[in-house]
Amino acid sequence: MDLSYSDDEKAFRAEVRAFLDEKLPKEMSDKIRKGEELGKEGQEKWHAILNEQGWLAPNWPKKFGGAEWDAVQRHIFEEESAAAYAPRIVPFGLSMLAPVLQKFGSQEQNDYWLPRILSGEDWWCQGYSEPGAGSDLASLKTEAVLNEEGTHYIVNGQKTWTTLGQHANMIFCLVRTDKKVKQQEGISFLLIDMEAPGVEVRPIILLDGTHEVNEVWFSDCKVPVENLVGKENEGWTYAKYLLTHERTNIAGVGFSQAGLTAVKRIARAEMSGGKPLMENPHFAARVARVEIDLMAMSTTNLRIVSKAAAGTAPGVESSMLKVKGTIIRQEINDLARRAAGAYAMPFASEAIEGSNLALPDPLNAGPVAAQYFNNRKLSIFGGSNEIQRQIIAKTMMGGGA
Amino acid sequence: MNFDLTEERQMLQDSLRRFLRDKYGTAERNKILESDTGFSADIWNGLAELGIIGALFTEDQGGFGGAGFDIAVVFEELGRAGVVEPFLDTAVLGGGLIADLGNDDQKAHIEEIIGGTLQLAFAHGEPASRYDINRVSTTAKADGDNIVLNGRKAVVVNAENANMLVVSARESGDVGDEDGISLYLVPADAKGITLQGYALLAGGRAAEVTLDDVSVPASARLGEAGKAFMAIEARIAAANVAICAETLGAMETACRLTRDYLMTRKQFGKPIGTFQALAHRMSDLLIEMEQARSAVIVAAGHLEHDRKARESHVSAAKNLLGRAGRLVAEDSIQMHGGIAMTQEYELAHIAKRIIMSDHRFGDTDHHLERYIALAAA
Ligand SMILES: Cc1cc2nc3c(=O)[nH]c(=O)nc-3n(C[C@H](O)[C@H](O)[C@H](O)COP(=O)(O)OP(=O)(O)OC[C@H]3O[C@@H](n4cnc5c(N)ncnc54)[C@H](O)[C@@H]3O)c2cc1C
Ligand SMILES: Cc1cc2nc3c(=O)[nH]c(=O)nc-3n(C[C@H](O)[C@H](O)[C@H](O)COP(=O)(O)OP(=O)(O)OC[C@H]3O[C@@H](n4cnc5c(N)ncnc54)[C@H](O)[C@@H]3O)c2cc1C
Repeated sequence: MDLSYSDDEKAFRAEVRAFLDEKLPKEMSDKIRKGEELGKEGQEKWHAILNEQGWLAPNWPKKFGGAEWDAVQRHIFEEESAAAYAPRIVPFGLSMLAPVLQKFGSQEQNDYWLPRILSGEDWWCQGYSEPGAGSDLASLKTEAVLNEEGTHYIVNGQKTWTTLGQHANMIFCLVRTDKKVKQQEGISFLLIDMEAPGVEVRPIILLDGTHEVNEVWFSDCKVPVENLVGKENEGWTYAKYLLTHERTNIAGVGFSQAGLTAVKRIARAEMSGGKPLMENPHFAARVARVEIDLMAMSTTNLRIVSKAAAGTAPGVESSMLKVKGTIIRQEINDLARRAAGAYAMPFASEAIEGSNLALPDPLNAGPVAAQYFNNRKLSIFGGSNEIQRQIIAKTMMGGGA
Repeated sequence: MNFDLTEERQMLQDSLRRFLRDKYGTAERNKILESDTGFSADIWNGLAELGIIGALFTEDQGGFGGAGFDIAVVFEELGRAGVVEPFLDTAVLGGGLIADLGNDDQKAHIEEIIGGTLQLAFAHGEPASRYDINRVSTTAKADGDNIVLNGRKAVVVNAENANMLVVSARESGDVGDEDGISLYLVPADAKGITLQGYALLAGGRAAEVTLDDVSVPASARLGEAGKAFMAIEARIAAANVAICAETLGAMETACRLTRDYLMTRKQFGKPIGTFQALAHRMSDLLIEMEQARSAVIVAAGHLEHDRKARESHVSAAKNLLGRAGRLVAEDSIQMHGGIAMTQEYELAHIAKRIIMSDHRFGDTDHHLERYIALAAA
């Protein structure tokens, strides 16, 4: 056991820091610090900067153009990015679809789609959930029927909660290709062009006023058979593989660290009883409790991710990271709005760029209450925390639970 | 002991609930939320006609209620429907302070308030005061027969709609002294007042109010010079009873929606309420609801008691409602899943009302500390 970083790791941290220092545009980090929406263009810009550096795909093997970092390197990058208020990369293409293609896709699919993910030519979104199929994902009904010529699937149905679908030109979908068999055995994994006829995207406005998710409707949408990933009716296996990847970064340690720094900054500016709130023992205790949890989580995360990096896809531990990681993040969001006192009340939202300019924000807190509400999603999506607990219990107690 | 409402209060509750059920559905309310004024004059006038504002004043003051239980009955119903119109600011706070401290000329305004034609805002909190009600740094200086006010007031709810502001200002002493604070009734269009208005996350609007050499006649003072603190504290206690009752009503709606959803939403072929992980949490929410109701009843019942009994019961209620409210809001959203995250679903607004109520006149922690201090005093 050695808890110190090696010389190589220290050098890597210095390299990351220097890169962020030089290449992260100030107006971008300002926006992230203030909790503002980066927008499509901003996202694409940061994506391109990372790609140029060769750091866009830390978890991809080198042969596909990835950085192939180990767990410690990824952890260091995550920490430094959070501290520098660097944007997060939209994960759908890079860390969800790509691992599936690399493991289950054809050579042609990898040759065609992976470079487009890196270049940013395609913006991917995730079409799993449906109105009737949330936690019970396998009950999904969107169907794909092969045409007589055998050249195209005809897709009909509706996906929902599609994050940033309004920016995307491609969607990876789970579709039903066999209705007669057991639910899990009739699902296929299909790549669909959102600009094709028969695809319609409708906005859903979230409770903090943001347009973050969408409904995606398919009516007789034609999808070439080349866009089937792996084998027909084996999509459930690929979907589950993807979900474990979706959950690996879900502990969000970097987000929590940045969030906690912000809480302390707000609580030093906010006055209570004539002293900074941070000096109030009651508030300080709340902050310390979360900080202790977060310190342990940072190590839990590293331990689990290093183990997974040894080859196997992370299993039940990723469920543990998700549950505890999201509890910590949500607690930090709660502390931030608490710290801001009455100044949490104005409707500061990330929704419209510049819309917060006219708001009073003497604490420089940003939209803390809106973020608190928005991040209630963390324990709902990517497999709700109840579903994760169910997975943990089932695994740890065998058939007994 | 008797825990039933009096016949009058029962009628008040019934008619208010009926009115809001008919006129204040999710769609109507969301339209009000998005409007420029953040406020519906129709609703305001309709409720004034129904006697809702009158119920918040005593007979002596020209109303027909005004006790802690009247406030609790009215605000629980307002909370149940997620009402954003500023009854708290105009009636309980502004109107209440005029009723408590005003001279006959000033009290003449109460009739207009009850009739629904006068709007008020209470300009008290400041950027550096957080929840300390004694921290007033806005100054009041005599200038001949006039008083000149200077300072800044933070997050003044309903300031833009208000015809008059009730402004606290210091005539003497240090920033944190209880002594030396006065209240002034200032026309909203007085020279030297600037408003920077904005919408609030949980509905309604507020403004930052800057007072720059605002000159008012000494007769604009409410009550004795420098002696307003006790009245402010008592009125904020009444406001906190109102806020707790409102939160209770909102919590009831959250629980009702969640219970209904658990029984109808199906996943894995059964209603999700059959999963014990959710069923037990729903049970916990219902247990907390009973506790919250008791805390509100006890606080309302002590509003007319001596200072220590009043303040410690009010702080107890605000602390308990803060904790139970957060649990109910967060668990209700969680047990709904994605649907509760959408703006057009009723629970979204209700959850915001519950959580943001913790940001007015002291949060859970503030009132815990206050409760401890009062017990030690
Ligand atoms: C902001 C946001 C973004 C999203 N982005 C995407 C996206 O990009 N792509 C995509 O495909 N999906 C996305 N989702 C959907 C997300 O994955 C689903 O919301 C999630 O799977 C839960 O499904 P549901 O909302 O239908 O809730 P339900 O499944 O109906 O669950 C309701 C409640 O029941 C509980 N529950 C359900 N089954 C059980 C059980 N067996 N035992 C105990 N409790 C149970 C749940 O935990 C929850 O508390 C997003 C959701 C949100 C809120
Ligand atoms: C000090 C003491 C005094 C007692 N006095 C009396 C007495 O005077 N008369 C008398 O008749 N009995 C008495 N009891 C017995 C008592 O009623 C039982 O202990 C109780 O009913 C639980 O049964 P059990 O101990 O067999 O635990 P189990 O029933 O085996 O329960 C074990 C655990 O499983 C949980 N559990 C069980 N079923 C479910 C379920 N469906 N869903 C979720 N969780 C579940 C329980 O909550 C518990 O945590 C006493 C017990 C104690 C400890």
